[in-house]
Amino acid sequence: MHLAHYLGLLHRSQNELADAFRAVRRGHPREPDLHGVCERLAGQCSAHARRVEPFLRHYSDFAPEEPERLHAPLFAGARRGGFGLLRDLHDLYLLATVCDVSWGVVAQAAKGVRDEELLDVVRHCGPETTVHLRWLRTRIRQAAPQALVVVP
Amino acid sequence: MLDRIADPRGRRTPYGPPDAVERLAAALPGRMRDALPPVIRLGSPWPARVDVFLEDGVDEADVERWVPAASAAGSGGDGLEVAVRHGRIVGVRGRAGDRVGQGRLDPGERHGWQARAGRLTRPLVRDGDRLVETTWDDAMGRIVARSKELLARPGGWGRFGFHTGGRLFLEELYTLAVVGKAGIGTPHMDGDTRWHAATASAALAASFGSDGQPGTYADVDHCDALALWGHDAAAAHPVLWERMLDRRLGPAPPAMIAVDPRESPVTREADVHLAVRPGTNVALMNGLLHELIANGWYDAAYVDAHTLGFAELWRVVEAYPAKRAAEICAVPAGLVERAAEILGAAERLTSTVEGGFHRSNQATAAACQVNNLHLLRGMLGRPGGGVLQMGGPPSGRNALETGATGDLPGLRNWANAGHVRELARLWNVDTSAIPHWGPPSHAAQIFRYAEEGSIGLLWVCASDPVDAMPGLARVLAAEETFVVVQDLYLTETARVADVVLPAAAWGEKTGTVTGDDRTVHLCERAVDPPGEARPDLDILLDYARRMDLRDRQGGPLVGWAGPEQAFEAWKACSKGRPCDYTGITYDRLRGGGVQWPCTPGGSYGVERLYAGGRFATSAGRCQTYGHDLATGAEWGEERYTALAPGGRAFLLAADYEPSPEVAGDEYPLVLTTSRALRRFPTRLAPLGDRTREPVLEVHPGDAAALGIADGDLVRVESPLGALEARARLSGLRPGVVILPLGHADRGEAARAAAELTLTAWDPVSRQPLRTVAAVRVAKTAGAQEACPAAPALHGRLGAAGGEPGVTATARAPAEASERFEEV
Repeated sequence: MHLAHYLGLLHRSQNELADAFRAVRRGHPREPDLHGVCERLAGQCSAHARRVEPFLRHYSDFAPEEPERLHAPLFAGARRGGFGLLRDLHDLYLLATVCDVSWGVVAQAAKGVRDEELLDVVRHCGPETTVHLRWLRTRIRQAAPQALVVVP
Repeated sequence: MLDRIADPRGRRTPYGPPDAVERLAAALPGRMRDALPPVIRLGSPWPARVDVFLEDGVDEADVERWVPAASAAGSGGDGLEVAVRHGRIVGVRGRAGDRVGQGRLDPGERHGWQARAGRLTRPLVRDGDRLVETTWDDAMGRIVARSKELLARPGGWGRFGFHTGGRLFLEELYTLAVVGKAGIGTPHMDGDTRWHAATASAALAASFGSDGQPGTYADVDHCDALALWGHDAAAAHPVLWERMLDRRLGPAPPAMIAVDPRESPVTREADVHLAVRPGTNVALMNGLLHELIANGWYDAAYVDAHTLGFAELWRVVEAYPAKRAAEICAVPAGLVERAAEILGAAERLTSTVEGGFHRSNQATAAACQVNNLHLLRGMLGRPGGGVLQMGGPPSGRNALETGATGDLPGLRNWANAGHVRELARLWNVDTSAIPHWGPPSHAAQIFRYAEEGSIGLLWVCASDPVDAMPGLARVLAAEETFVVVQDLYLTETARVADVVLPAAAWGEKTGTVTGDDRTVHLCERAVDPPGEARPDLDILLDYARRMDLRDRQGGPLVGWAGPEQAFEAWKACSKGRPCDYTGITYDRLRGGGVQWPCTPGGSYGVERLYAGGRFATSAGRCQTYGHDLATGAEWGEERYTALAPGGRAFLLAADYEPSPEVAGDEYPLVLTTSRALRRFPTRLAPLGDRTREPVLEVHPGDAAALGIADGDLVRVESPLGALEARARLSGLRPGVVILPLGHADRGEAARAAAELTLTAWDPVSRQPLRTVAAVRVAKTAGAQEACPAAPALHGRLGAAGGEPGVTATARAPAEASERFEEV
């Protein structure tokens, strides 16, 4: 069964998202509001990845070969300036969407294999990912008009 | 007892609560109160005591005129009268019948009205690296030329930023809101309220749907329990504190709880003082809510009928029995239980919340938990059952209401298309003119845009952000940023401005101002402004005229010419909103303060909001669709309408999360800041001795461990910076050091404190949290050795390059508290 591959995708995406939140914070040090929130969300993403790990190991024993093009990189480092921040947040949104969809898919599979423990993890982490998406949307809406229309 | 009578604030006037009939009368709506027989006292039982502060050598008989005004000190907005003699202000006195202060004056008023040297009397413009005097025509001409040039560029609206402070009246703030939001169309309007009142406002809107204090100062008369959450009322709101103290000294005094890591007159007076570890307010509140719910000390019927979210609140606070909360907060569990018993047994509970909550870790979340407490107990909308989320200077309330900062005018919701249409109709402009395509920018974001160069004109009215924000001078001095400053004095911000406009002070112009409990006062012009200085309203109207701002039909966008007309225009804007001013007129205000909401008909405003548990949360009425308390993420209209709050309040739950700046091995102490009594935050005048030696309060136990004696010079270091201060052995808790900020947050000590601690923000209110930082402290010189004239200031770079070898770090706080608990 392919569950392990989706867990792998989720695990990797959460780690990537954690790194990306930190990279955006570091890449835009003068943005007054990014520091605390990015650090917090990065911490949650790392925790999500850690919680998925044991299940990933467990289900790997039953997994066939990894399907093709399982994973596609979405974020390649912070850009500069107001427009760069907007594009960075856009990338993070896509990355968070991968996580969000993955949680949904993993939840379905967990029900399918009657894995209550895995389902508990999804119930805890999934809503946090929803908040990540909400926050990114909020911050994108805040940044977009100025970045696109009011060029320095 | 002795120390209370020796209080420097004036004669005590102890009093007891009103009787049951009077309490019943106080709960009636305004119209019905008019019909009551005159034997029933409707005013406050708090005895009047008229304070008079006059210049030396002047007594009351010498005063030619007394002109009504309101206090600019604190956020109370007490009514007072300005004394005029020979065309000059020579002092102030309280107004006996004033519902806020009953004649008392904030000690800050003693000096607040005195004329000071250095007033600006002519406009200044930049000529290379200096400012030179010029005419109004030239100064305004330059601003207008720059404005038109910016507006003509793509995204012109986004090239303007406005930052306001405490000196502006409601009329001026509303005029500015119309100029900015409908004339220019910029979302970049904010001000000092972001530092003072943003969390109070955000917490009220989050819980109850709209900003506006549910309670009133008169609740202090009625209450049988008083809780001060992070509120050093003695320092921040001296008049309100006198009212509390007088109740405590009179018959049937209320029980009193104070939450504050520091010791103060308030905490010494309280029956229960919870000296929580800084940054742990949410854990304490969760513990108290846990006790209330677990013991059944809440109004289940009220909760059922008037709130949403009880199940989720219990799910969160269930994990905080008193014992666990006490461990997190480092206070005895018995004290938490005792506080919960008082809160649970109170029949009329009044709460005030201030900086200790609003500027600390999880600020909005913690403030919302106080709202939750009142919701659980049904302690809202009736005499004695009230909550006051206190904020900065009184006109800060007006800035929030009129939309000169943050949200849209009339506490409207920028994300509600209906609210935007209402404003467009009122102003007769296209809806597309009003910035509603994204959340309004907060102050730091505006300065960030200026730094990036996308904001080309920054207009600062009555505020000195350069003084408050390290590093801002460099940003504003940049060639591309045209800075306009409208002030009384040549402030730090004015020094980097391109145009400086001399403005009129309170007493030199007419307008209204609204205090924390929604009481509106009229301040009338008593004397003329000096030289060519002009009232702020005149300056803004002149700008609107010169910019030729027009409505859809080609009429003038700003159709008023004076304060009273501006007030009438504002009334139309406030109509039907929670802050309805339509029943208030200048004539009525001449008879004394009136609370909003006030509609025509009754002779009273509504004293307490949300009587009967009806809140401003319906989707068409609310000011916000809500945020995630931990990140500030917006929930959006869809989720909000799906919740169908329909007038029920939100019980918003939050888990405790440790501050990112908890003490550790390297920085073992926690630094908090406090303000001294004689502050004057509205910045009528530059106060404060800039070279005053900063003092650091150190607990005697910690001091012993560090080898520090009283009066020693010590160096305080955080991961961000360092400063030197004189040690004073006091302080309540081991492991906590306190830096009093002195006068009005100004001066080097305040700036250095900001350098040490400026890292965190509340994600919802965007209010900077400056009260906690992990630090280490070391002695640098003995008590006899002189302190440098100005405190040594080391910025981020200085600290990084500093040599830590001489630093003897204090022992870990846990160890310290075991050893020195009894000291």
